[in-house]
Amino acid sequence: MKRLNRYTKVILLTVVMVIVWIAVYACGVLIPDDAVAGNFLNARQPPSWQYPFGTDALGRNLLMRTLKGLSVSMTVGFAASLISAVVAVFVGIAAATGSKRVDACMNWLIDLVMGVPHTILIILISFALGRGLRGLLIGIAATHWCSLARLIRGEVLQLRSQQYVAVSRKLGKSSGWILVNHLLPHLLPQFFVGLILMFPHAILHEASVSFLGFGLPPEQPAIGIILSESMRYISTGMWWSAVLPGLALVLIVLLVDKLGDNLRMLLDPYSAQE
Amino acid sequence: MGLEAKNIYFRYDKRQPWILQDRSLTVDKGERLAIFAPSGYGKTTLAMLLSGYLKPDQGQILLDGKPLPSKGICPVQLIYQHPEKAINPRWRLKSVLEESGALRRDMLGAFGIEPAWLDRFPRELSGGELQRFCVARALLSGADFLICDEISTMLDVITQAQIWNVVLQEAEKRNMGIIAVTHNKHLAQRIATRTIDLSA
Repeated sequence: MKRLNRYTKVILLTVVMVIVWIAVYACGVLIPDDAVAGNFLNARQPPSWQYPFGTDALGRNLLMRTLKGLSVSMTVGFAASLISAVVAVFVGIAAATGSKRVDACMNWLIDLVMGVPHTILIILISFALGRGLRGLLIGIAATHWCSLARLIRGEVLQLRSQQYVAVSRKLGKSSGWILVNHLLPHLLPQFFVGLILMFPHAILHEASVSFLGFGLPPEQPAIGIILSESMRYISTGMWWSAVLPGLALVLIVLLVDKLGDNLRMLLDPYSAQE
Repeated sequence: MGLEAKNIYFRYDKRQPWILQDRSLTVDKGERLAIFAPSGYGKTTLAMLLSGYLKPDQGQILLDGKPLPSKGICPVQLIYQHPEKAINPRWRLKSVLEESGALRRDMLGAFGIEPAWLDRFPRELSGGELQRFCVARALLSGADFLICDEISTMLDVITQAQIWNVVLQEAEKRNMGIIAVTHNKHLAQRIATRTIDLSA
């Protein structure tokens, strides 16, 4: 095979990752509810060809359940990080372009949210909003925007001091026009990379809060729920019900994390030449 | 009346010494003034003050007896020393020209801009070629006064001559006032009707 250069390799890898990601998601959505129904005749089966991930104490197919759980986690993770990233852009721009008081206020807010451990804040928000998908989603979205907001604030401050922005102002352009035409295009890569790198955090927080029992309801096949249930049976030797779904979660998270790094490499002109 | 600096004082920080002290100068429409000084005498600062990018600590910058307008297209346009910093690196050059009003293709030849360059990105052109875009952008805005802050310092002699020919022709045609900031005495004598030495 011809040796590929690094750029092509990164692009190929990225495409493969996106395909795997979409495949897992589609599996979770397409699997019917019957496939994860309980069957006591098949309870506590270790991994086999028929049940690659084994079955749990109620005889449910763990592979199917894991795939379904992953797709739920992905939906929550994606929606929450998208909301977070949009909030981050607004807060970052407001802090950088507003008055000194607005800037101080935004920085205080960022410090406040960053100062409280995420998991506790998510549990509190999720609990206050009645748990379930909605509470969890809002909880995750409300805690993950801080570092990206800070990054965008710095970027906007730096862009605003550029000569071409000063020239634009002298050519009679309004602040809004400058924001849309000069600043936002420069923020787009930060936005996308930030969004994708936020995703693993969101998905892990979703799983951990559900594991602790403050997130998704027990009947929903989510990774956190599966792991939480498996803890009850792990002392009876059912190692597969904890290890395999956990491993699947780690793999998906690593996949997205690597994807974010690749994307940064492609979009960021400074690391593109590395 | 024209562009006038009236007893201006300026320093970048209260703890630092004055860069400009009680400096006054006047340029009329149609006049070409060269400001000449070695490095560190406040040439660029003066250029930025005259075009309204900086505000003087004391004194006034007046255009026809009135302060410079703070909104709308400024009738005093500054051309920077480094064109690659004064152009958004993510814009095609067509947009750069459109920023100062409608793009007029018939005028491109006069600025030495080739139509093929319009669809390129700034990093695909050389400094001299980019500087022509900066000149064109300033002139297309319909400015009455043009302040050139060492616009040809980093260019080779032939490109320098080309750029200045464009600027001087247009200035003559429209009866513009020109302030050329330079540390090249010969260039100052060649282009200006009057020369000021800041170090004197």
